[in-house]
Amino acid sequence: MGYDWDFHMIFAGYEWWWLKGLAITIVYACATVAGGLLIGVVCGTGLLLNRWWLSAPIHLYVETFRCTPVLVQIVWFFFALPIVLHAIVPGGGLDLPGWLAAGIGLTLYMGCFATEIFRGGIISIDKGQWQAARAIGMTYAEMMRHIILPQAIRRMVPPFVNQSVIQFKNTALLYVVAVPDMMYTGYLVVADTYRPLEVYTSVAIAYFVILYPLTQWGKRLEARSDR
Amino acid sequence: MTAEDRSAGPPGPGAGVGPAAGADPRRPMLAVRRLVKSYGDVEAVRGVSFDVHSGEVVVIIGPSGCGKSTTLRCINLLEEPTGGTLRLDDRELDFSARRTLPSGRDLARFRARFGMVFQQFDLFAHKTAIENVMIGQTVVRKVPRQRAHRESRDLLRRVGLEGMEDRRPRELSGGQQQRVAIARALAMSPEVLLFDEVTSALDPELVGEVLEVMKDLAREGATMVVVTHEMAFARDVADRVIFMDQGQVVEEGTATELMESPGNPRTRTFLARYHRGTQESAGREGG
Repeated sequence: MGYDWDFHMIFAGYEWWWLKGLAITIVYACATVAGGLLIGVVCGTGLLLNRWWLSAPIHLYVETFRCTPVLVQIVWFFFALPIVLHAIVPGGGLDLPGWLAAGIGLTLYMGCFATEIFRGGIISIDKGQWQAARAIGMTYAEMMRHIILPQAIRRMVPPFVNQSVIQFKNTALLYVVAVPDMMYTGYLVVADTYRPLEVYTSVAIAYFVILYPLTQWGKRLEARSDR
Repeated sequence: MTAEDRSAGPPGPGAGVGPAAGADPRRPMLAVRRLVKSYGDVEAVRGVSFDVHSGEVVVIIGPSGCGKSTTLRCINLLEEPTGGTLRLDDRELDFSARRTLPSGRDLARFRARFGMVFQQFDLFAHKTAIENVMIGQTVVRKVPRQRAHRESRDLLRRVGLEGMEDRRPRELSGGQQQRVAIARALAMSPEVLLFDEVTSALDPELVGEVLEVMKDLAREGATMVVVTHEMAFARDVADRVIFMDQGQVVEEGTATELMESPGNPRTRTFLARYHRGTQESAGREGG
C-alpha cells in the first residue's frame, strides 16, 4: 500500500490552530489538576476528622466520580448541569457556559482521586510518629506541620504525579463537547484537509512528548520516596 | 542505692527532672486515684491508685495485658481515662467531669510536663538524631535554635551518643535509637519521665546500654514511672514496685518486700514464673 505522508499540509496555515489547541490542553490540564489538588486537601482533611456528617457526603462524592466514566461526567456536566442550575437558581439567573461546566466536571474527577491520595498519604504514617509528637506536647497543628505532613507529602507526590498524567490525557475527552483542545483541533484540521493519518499521529506524538518526561519524573520520585 | 541517697544528691546537670523548689516533700508529685480506662465493654484499667513522689522511681510490673501500659498512657493522656482523677503537682484532672478536662493547646502543654519513652522508640523518621531532640524545644518550648542545638548536643552526649548527631534513625541500632528517644524526652525538661517497656523491642545485647542510661537518670534524681519486664532493673533501681494484674493494682511495696516476700498469691505466681525464666537463661539480664 503506497501512502503519501504529507505532514506539511496539516501544519501550513494551521499553526495558530495547533498552538491554541496545545495551550488549551495545557491550561485545562493544569487548572483541573490544581483545582483537584485543592479539593483533595479539603476533602481528604474532612475524611480524617472522623465526623460522620463530614465523611458521608465526601464518600458519596468520591464514589460517585470514581464509579462513573469520566466521559459520561463531561457530557453530563456540559449538557445537564447548566439546565439544572438554570432551573434551581431563582429567576433563571445563572447561565453556566459549557466549557466551564466541562472543566468543573474534570476538576471534580481529579478531586476524588486527590482526596484518596491525600488521605492515604496521611494515614500511611506510622501511629508511633503521631503518639511521639503528641507526647512531646505538640498541638495537632504543630504535629501536622512538623511531623506528619513532611513525611506524608513525600509519599503523596508519586501517586499524585501519576494521576496528573492520567488527567492530562483525559482532557482529550473534552473534544466531545467542542472545547478546542489539541484533540478537537485535530478533528477540525481533518475536516479541512482530509488527512486523519497525519493529524492523529501528530496529536499522539504531541501528547507523548509532553507526558513521557512527566512519567519519568514520577518514577524517579517513587524511587526516592522508597528510601 | 536508696531513695535517700538520691534525694540528697545534687540534681544532674541540665536534667530538668526532679523536685520543684519549695514543694512539700511529703505531698506526692503525681497522684493517681481510681483511674479507669474502658474501651466499650472492655475495662483495661479498673480503678488504679498510686502516688509518685518527687525523685522517686516507681516500677510497674505484671503479666502481658494487665493494663500497665494503658495506665502509663493514661497518665500523660495519650489515652483519655474514662474515670478517676489525676494530679500532677498543682494541676488536678477529674475524668468523670469531661468538660473540665484540658483540650487543644492546654492539653498538649500539659502532656509536655511528662517525658515519655516508647517500646518502639518512635523517633521521627525524617529527622536526624539531633533534630529529634531539638524539635520539641524549638516548636513546643520556643527555645531559640542555637540554644536548642547546643542543649541537644549535650543531651546526646549524656546518653553516650556523641558523634551520632547527624545520623538518621534508620542508621542507628535499636539501643542507640532508644537512647535518642530518652534524650528527646529529657529535652522537654519534664517533671515526670514515663518509660513504656523501653527494652522489650531490643536485641538482648542492646538492653544493657539503655538500662544504664535509665539508672544514671535515677541516680541524678529524676522522677520516673517505669513499666518493664526487667526484674533485675526493678530490684536494683526501684524505690517502689507495683504489681498489676487484670487492670488492678494487686500489691505494692519496696522492691525487696515485693520481690522477695510477696504477700499475694498472684504476685507469687508471676514472680515464680519469672524466676524460672531467669534460671533457664541465666546471665541474660540487662544491666
